[in-house]
Amino acid sequence: MLGRLSWAAIPFDEPLPLISMAVVMLAILGVLTIVTVKGWLPYLWREWITSVDHKRIGVMYMLLGLVMLLRGFSDAIMMRTQQAIAVGGAQGYLPPDHYDQIFSAHGTIMIFFVAMPLVIGLMNFVVPLQLGVRDVAFPVLNSVSFWLTASGALLINASLVIGNFARTGWMGYPPLSELAFSPDVGVDYYLWSLQISGIGTLLSGVNFVTTILKLRAPGMTYFRMPVFCWTALASSLLIVAAFPILTATLMMLLLDRYLGMHFFTNDAGGNQMMYVNLFWAWGHPEVYILILPAFGVFSEVVATFSGKALFSYRSMVLATLGICVLSFTVWLHHFFTMGAGADVNAFFGIMSSIIAVPTGVKVFNWLFTMFRGRIVYRTPMLFAIGFLVTFVIGGMTGVLLAVPPVDFVLHNSAFLVAHFHNVIIGGVVFGAFAGYNYWFPKVFGFTLDERWGKAGFWCWLVGFYLAFMPLYVLGLHGMTRRLQHISDPSWQPWLLVAEAGAIVIMCGIFCQVAQLYVSIRTRELRRDLTGDPWNGRTLEWATTSPPPAYNFAVLPQVETIDAFWEMKRRGLTPAQPIYETLEMPRGSPIGVVTAFFASVTGFALIWHIWWMAILGLLGAAVALLVFGWSDDRERELTAAEVAQLERARRGLRQPA
Amino acid sequence: MDGSARLFGDRPPGVEQQESTANFLSYTVGLGLAILATIGSFVVSQTDLLWAPGIPVGLVVLAFAQIGVHLVFFLHLGSGPDNTNNILALAFGVFIVFLVIGGSCWIIANLHANMMAMPAQMLH
Repeated sequence: MLGRLSWAAIPFDEPLPLISMAVVMLAILGVLTIVTVKGWLPYLWREWITSVDHKRIGVMYMLLGLVMLLRGFSDAIMMRTQQAIAVGGAQGYLPPDHYDQIFSAHGTIMIFFVAMPLVIGLMNFVVPLQLGVRDVAFPVLNSVSFWLTASGALLINASLVIGNFARTGWMGYPPLSELAFSPDVGVDYYLWSLQISGIGTLLSGVNFVTTILKLRAPGMTYFRMPVFCWTALASSLLIVAAFPILTATLMMLLLDRYLGMHFFTNDAGGNQMMYVNLFWAWGHPEVYILILPAFGVFSEVVATFSGKALFSYRSMVLATLGICVLSFTVWLHHFFTMGAGADVNAFFGIMSSIIAVPTGVKVFNWLFTMFRGRIVYRTPMLFAIGFLVTFVIGGMTGVLLAVPPVDFVLHNSAFLVAHFHNVIIGGVVFGAFAGYNYWFPKVFGFTLDERWGKAGFWCWLVGFYLAFMPLYVLGLHGMTRRLQHISDPSWQPWLLVAEAGAIVIMCGIFCQVAQLYVSIRTRELRRDLTGDPWNGRTLEWATTSPPPAYNFAVLPQVETIDAFWEMKRRGLTPAQPIYETLEMPRGSPIGVVTAFFASVTGFALIWHIWWMAILGLLGAAVALLVFGWSDDRERELTAAEVAQLERARRGLRQPA
Repeated sequence: MDGSARLFGDRPPGVEQQESTANFLSYTVGLGLAILATIGSFVVSQTDLLWAPGIPVGLVVLAFAQIGVHLVFFLHLGSGPDNTNNILALAFGVFIVFLVIGGSCWIIANLHANMMAMPAQMLH
């Protein structure tokens, strides 16, 4: 009846997950109780859960990413602590089985459920506003994307409580991830949560490609788009091209595990090296899916806070597109040591070095943008400068690793771990935080506290260097990654420094939580009434903060790059705008309903509860059919209503 | 308006072109060509019209013809002004597929490079 599910799935004998599970459950129950008692549920359902407004969906993505960051970070600090104390005779506090699950969950969560939601959340909020349009091309699909991502996150968190998670690392390499060597539900949790959220990500990619190619304000030609939109376009193109590879690869592994096929098994003609190859054919474009939008954020931030136009806009765009194409020609550098010959390794090594060139172009563009600018050191700008320094170091160790003979020495060592954390924290995470601080006033209508924000930045920066520079050293000393126990006591001092770094980063996270709390408490003092708190250059600052549901009552007319800057320069304020009747998409529960059935199906498949899987699939199909046949999807906002709303808003707004 | 706007002169989704290619005649021609390519491949494989070792080549040619017919007549991929995006998307897709499939074949085949030579009987 319940497949593999029984009481044995709950880890009663392991106090650690049990306690954390109880805490999380209590927190969720507490939040639900407050929401119900205060009567906020109808509001949340109407305005957020079923919302198809790209701004609300963007906020929900960011929230998902930040909450999952807490989960991923607690995994990180547990691993750091284990490595710092389990040296020589000591065994530490995490048994190997549990430790293996933690490093697998840490990687999976940080990439798929922290970095991706943060990046896609920023794209959701910012791209339509920067393009000067009213929403993405497919607003309802956008909601489906978000809720499918959330469904994947739900499943991965369920593995903490019911059953266990994969012990295979976040790449899930066979043959270890095959049924013969991982017979329990861990790998199935990994596979189904990635499959479900992967569909959501793919749909997001389709949505953004369409939005950017087909919906732009009048006059906004391709070469007048803000750089963030270009990077979002490149990132979305990569999503559309790369995510199907991941889905197909994981599906083959699923077929191996569920139907006894032999794609990646040791026997019957399977080839596990094909999994490694295909996984990275997705995996390398994936890192550019993450970093390109972060480059876009820095381009906006550096230009705004230097008070100058971005240096060499065209070379920035070309570098972005160059990276977009080249990112598909380097994937073998993740497995130089798998056994390819010198020809293949040399080709991919050279390509990996070449892809650093457009990134170098970007770094010089940012530097020249700052050159002779009047730099205002607000929190987003600090993150941008911290990024420039940190990312260059990470990039150089990357070029080092791209040399095959060096890679043979450093493969799977702590040096590699230090390298990719260097580029992902220094690039993607700093980019997400810069974007979060930069666009927060646009989202909520008040600025974030600078003192706590800057304290958070310095903790993150110092903490990062303390935590990861020792890993470079340890990697050169020969320490491999994923060690549950350290046999060489001479490594311990470095590991203690790394542990201290993780604690400093934790202080940074506390500062950021405090920043949010303080800012909300003092929001009346920090209202952004101008809609343009940073003296911005692009169209999102042309509307009020927060923007109305329709973004722009009258679509802006674009004549140059940095359209809003040009408007301010010329002093263009339309005397009496002529409002039109707008068609607004209605909120739709189809996203959350589909995701509910997807979660049910995923859970049922993980535990082999076949009847429930069929019911879940049927439910999703029926829900989609019902939605497909409904006609009442738009409501009209008459010109008079728009005029009234605008009067109310503009009344609040003071001249910039 | 700069060059890119003329090059990509695009219109919002859902707006029909004036001279739509989607008319009865083009669908009929497309259907005819598609059937022809299908029958052709059966003929090539079942008869000795082609020199036997050339049959796979013939089938590949017919398969590409079939893809072309579908793209032009059913998916309306043409050289019209609104088609630049579609052509670019197709080119990007074909390029990526080529890179991934071609690259994978090259990589997997090359994995034997550092293996010791094995006596033939051990392979079976």
